[in-house]
Amino acid sequence: MTVIVIAGGLSHERDVSLRSGRRVTVALREAGHEVIETDVSPELLPLLETQPGAVVVPMLHGGLGEDGALRDVLEIVGVPFVGSTGAASRMTFDKSIATPVVQAAGVRTPRQVALPHDIFRELGAPAIMEGLGQQLGFPLMVKPSRSGSALGVTRINHADDMPQALVEAYAYGKVAVIEEFIEGTEVSVTVLDDGDGPVALPPVEIRPASGIYDFEARYTAGATRFVTPAELPDDVLARAGEVAVRAHRALGLRHLSRSDMIVTPEGEPVFFEGNVAPGMTETSLSPLAFEAGGRSVGEVFGKLIDLVR
Amino acid sequence: MNTPRHDTRLDRFVDSYADRTNGMRVSAVRALFAVANRPEIVSLAGGMPNIEDLGLDAIAENVSRLIRDHGARVMQYGSGQGELPIREAILDVMALEGISAHPDDIVITAGSQQGLDLVTRVFCNPGDVILAESPSYVGAIGTFLSYQTEVVHVPSDEHGIDPVALRETIRRLKGQGKRVKFLYTIPNFNNPSGLTQPPERRREVLAACNQGGVMVVEDNPYGLLTLEGDPQPAMRADDADVIYLGSFSKIFAPGFRVGWVLAPHAVREKLVLAQESATLCPPVFSQFAIADYLERYDWRGQIVTYRDMYRERRDAMLEELSERMPDGVTWTRPTGGFFVWLTMPDGLDSQAMLPRGVNARVAYVPGNAFYADGAGSNNLRLSYCFPPADRIREGVRRLASVIRSELEVQEIFGTATRRPSRIGGPRVNPDLA
Repeated sequence: MTVIVIAGGLSHERDVSLRSGRRVTVALREAGHEVIETDVSPELLPLLETQPGAVVVPMLHGGLGEDGALRDVLEIVGVPFVGSTGAASRMTFDKSIATPVVQAAGVRTPRQVALPHDIFRELGAPAIMEGLGQQLGFPLMVKPSRSGSALGVTRINHADDMPQALVEAYAYGKVAVIEEFIEGTEVSVTVLDDGDGPVALPPVEIRPASGIYDFEARYTAGATRFVTPAELPDDVLARAGEVAVRAHRALGLRHLSRSDMIVTPEGEPVFFEGNVAPGMTETSLSPLAFEAGGRSVGEVFGKLIDLVR
Repeated sequence: MNTPRHDTRLDRFVDSYADRTNGMRVSAVRALFAVANRPEIVSLAGGMPNIEDLGLDAIAENVSRLIRDHGARVMQYGSGQGELPIREAILDVMALEGISAHPDDIVITAGSQQGLDLVTRVFCNPGDVILAESPSYVGAIGTFLSYQTEVVHVPSDEHGIDPVALRETIRRLKGQGKRVKFLYTIPNFNNPSGLTQPPERRREVLAACNQGGVMVVEDNPYGLLTLEGDPQPAMRADDADVIYLGSFSKIFAPGFRVGWVLAPHAVREKLVLAQESATLCPPVFSQFAIADYLERYDWRGQIVTYRDMYRERRDAMLEELSERMPDGVTWTRPTGGFFVWLTMPDGLDSQAMLPRGVNARVAYVPGNAFYADGAGSNNLRLSYCFPPADRIREGVRRLASVIRSELEVQEIFGTATRRPSRIGGPRVNPDLA
């Protein structure tokens, strides 16, 4: 049986996706799978036609890969694939939708406002920005509603920094989310469902040397310290795992997901982002969680491929 | 109960790296260039020459013959200084720009980029100052910073380096007790500005450096690619103490990785020793292949072909810029080389705008890449060397739309705050060259 790993695409995270795709491809080949590595292009559907019975592993980050579009097409053409459906991906990729959905499932999330840039023009930016500062307080986070790898994300400490942060967020898309900053320990929890229901893997604690887990800190080896499981009491670790599983279920995710959260000093996990296509690069979080759970990237994806074929 | 923990930075050598690697980090901007390679994107970012017009059959035949008849020599180790046939042939190339020299004064390098590296290695200690134009070549800045030097940009105008500002900068830095080692300049069709220093300005710059006791390193990869008139005499043609960097990457093809340094005798000897310690010898096969090309191929005719092709592309870019760009946007009008330097209204940030460009399927290089000090945030470099004219026009149309959107966002939120920022990671990158 052939596995088709799709990586690259036209998103801002193309480079990250190519790295993830490469690692998964190598891992699957080492595990004995026959793997075709391909980009998103007009040749993709004809390729799928020539490979009846193949299973697709979408390793696309951002854009068509995570917004559900490609997964919808795979469903339409009847090609089995690893990971979440198009609809669940669409919901998860958009922070302005995913956050209230997860909150409705009983999980604490940051107070958040999602605004298209048009509203600032219609109503006047100074008044809205002032209101945001008053409502959410400082520091606060400004993010594109649909992006990954911390692209376009800024933590701002003063009202003066808000215009530039919004300009940078709107460079990625039409809607930005502005949310309260949660102080605490940043952890990431991978959820794996390889047939027996979703299970949280050990939470990974993230300690960037620069203090900010931005793009550089994510993809420069050595720039961030990762502790697995996070240096938190066992009951808090368990709570973080429960939150990740609850988010996974609430968002209707399948097989594999990653929830990013802050654990407050009181031990309460606050969910701020879900990922339907967790990164699999050499510095990504989920492979660390796999390892802590006693599995390799090849084993995890090998089992998920067996599930869908 | 204590849970056993795995604590990692994913790099067990993380505490062992030299200080000079501090800037070698992944960056979001560099990652965005991965998208620029997709066919949907019009990339006005890269500085890759278009070599499709080369007579590949003839070159293939020559290279094949070279291996067949002289394989044991051309695939052997060679001289650290470079092979004599190519050093002799380079004299003919440099003569087109008024340079008279001796083959013994030439050191062959793996592209002129390695020439930059060797010159910096030979002259600069950590903390030394290198002067550069405003703006200057991204790959040179990266090399200079990797040797832990301080890069100081000299104010420049539409004719290149301002000689008055140059004198003042040298005086000020020396007054601060700093060691100013050399001025790095691209006087012809500067990368990224596209500007050319007129002869009088060159003489003034040379005089200012001579009086200030500062060497001049002249980097001239584009000089023969003049699109209007004949090539100008090089600075080295006027002053034999100028260290001159030449390259075959733009007048022939970059894949051979052959450039050269022309330097005074004593400097040349040190460069050869530095070259031997770096590589033993520059690529021997490439040198013979290029020497053969220069001997048997109509390379002067090829340069004319290149000029005609780049002229059409430059004209397409300039015409489209004139038609499409919103008020307040200005740009240079290069008379040769590969690049146009565009200036947006104050407050627009070309780095922050790049994701919007990618959304609109157009790529460029943000201006702050060409400064060591975070300046250039409202500039961007556009290259017309690689995409054909119709794609250039489409790219400029898309870019104009992106800038209009950014202006609209700026209008909504007020003038963006200027922030020092730099493209991280090693700057020597073919995507940015």
